[in-house]
Amino acid sequence: MSVRTLRFPTRSFRMIERNAMALRHHWMILFSGFVEPVLYLLGIGFGIGSLVRTIPLGGGRTVSYAVFVAPALMAASAMNGAIYESTFNLFWKLRYAKTFDAIVSTPVGIEDATLGEVIWAIGRGSLYSVGFVILMIALGLVTSPWAILAVPASILVGFAFAAMGAAVTTFVRQWQDLDIVQLALQPMFLFSATFFPVTVYPPALRLVVEWTPLYRGIDLVRGLTTGGVGPALLGDVAYLVVMGLIGVAIATLRLRRRLLK
Amino acid sequence: MPATGALRVVEHNALVFSRLWRGTVTVSFFTPLFFLASMGLGLGTLVNRGSGGVGGVPYIDYLAPGLLAATAMQAAAFECTYPILGKLMWDRIYDAMLATPLAVRDLLAGEVAWVTMRLLMVASIFWCVMALFGVAHTPESLLVIPAAALDGLAFAAPLLAFTATQRTDNAFSSIFRFVITPLYLLGGAFFPISKLPLALQAVAWVSPLAHGVALCRGLVLGNVIPGEAVLHVTVMLAYTIAGVALARPLLTKRLVK
Repeated sequence: MSVRTLRFPTRSFRMIERNAMALRHHWMILFSGFVEPVLYLLGIGFGIGSLVRTIPLGGGRTVSYAVFVAPALMAASAMNGAIYESTFNLFWKLRYAKTFDAIVSTPVGIEDATLGEVIWAIGRGSLYSVGFVILMIALGLVTSPWAILAVPASILVGFAFAAMGAAVTTFVRQWQDLDIVQLALQPMFLFSATFFPVTVYPPALRLVVEWTPLYRGIDLVRGLTTGGVGPALLGDVAYLVVMGLIGVAIATLRLRRRLLK
Repeated sequence: MPATGALRVVEHNALVFSRLWRGTVTVSFFTPLFFLASMGLGLGTLVNRGSGGVGGVPYIDYLAPGLLAATAMQAAAFECTYPILGKLMWDRIYDAMLATPLAVRDLLAGEVAWVTMRLLMVASIFWCVMALFGVAHTPESLLVIPAAALDGLAFAAPLLAFTATQRTDNAFSSIFRFVITPLYLLGGAFFPISKLPLALQAVAWVSPLAHGVALCRGLVLGNVIPGEAVLHVTVMLAYTIAGVALARPLLTKRLVK
């Protein structure tokens, strides 16, 4: 199957509609997903913040620990939301619910379903991002008007991880394989300058960390909410866009091969 | 003989575990490794610089035993929710077991014995990771392993009773989001409970986790106060015994028609 045979996905909305209907009876799950990042913000930001006090941001600026950690938690929660939707839930639909087998027997194609799934994951993630920014403003953790762009930035983070998650899921054979996803996400969550600046690392390790996707997402969101805006943020954007597009391409091509035998 | 009956249940669990242990053990090793490296060392440099550690010790020494207690809680909560409900209604393993000479009390004793073994396993692996980071440096610090297991049991037994009343797994995600995660983050593992607002401090001390964290921390740092230790153990034992006492009639009601 070659790229040329792909059709422009004009019927993606049908897939979104289907997901919204499926969620109608489980809206509590959607809501309670917001609780965890808030707890992290309170516990880590203010609890550990009482032990850490201030963090140097570079350029001679220092901020309180809560201001430092909040944007990182926002980016990390965008990643988590997107990746769970596009790995565990997607695997369930592919393997057990056979949702896609049913979908491809209708005029809705694989391209529509893939794009629809990605947009759905993004939508769910942006709901959390908007809530998180409002909470940050209420707690006085936003120090720059650029913070308004933190919402689309989080959506971009969500897109990149949702697309890559979907691509990875097409290779998954059983639930146990998804443990590897967990094992990759946890160190990324813990080491991507989430809880402390990269300047803590030795130079070689720092270089490695700076090439991981969550670091890019955190750097972008943190730059926007703390007002450290510069051309480096465009590099972060480019990184995440490319990662997302590669993910979409792999997922679409592999799903076609799998479902249209 | 109740003991042999319980042993059969343990044997069943061990047999299942022997097929799946690789993933579980890998996670039990890498999770504390990553957490101690990131929070203990990375974040620790900032804490030590900002306020000279916590209570006069470097942050990683403060964090590690607290994290062990919190991890035991998480492991216990997982073991006593989804897998137990699975045996109750999805796979109906308990119905099958009760069709043999086993009785409900054997199931309960066996499950409690098994979760104790799992907790000792998790805590032992965690202790090894602590030793790798140079946190556990006294032989007395080995006592943290049974202490963490008791802390886990104080969650395992009441949750077992709760699971016996459930018909779907819907409530479990709420238990994790509204009980386990808040305790994990705010229950004294990462920073002193005294930093919380007063009302939350009271809630924290009602939970067995705060007592587990305090006991584990005292054992690892070597500054246990005997009177306080007795209180911590008593609270955790009380939760465990109350949980088992509740679970028995609930399981009987559920399984014996």
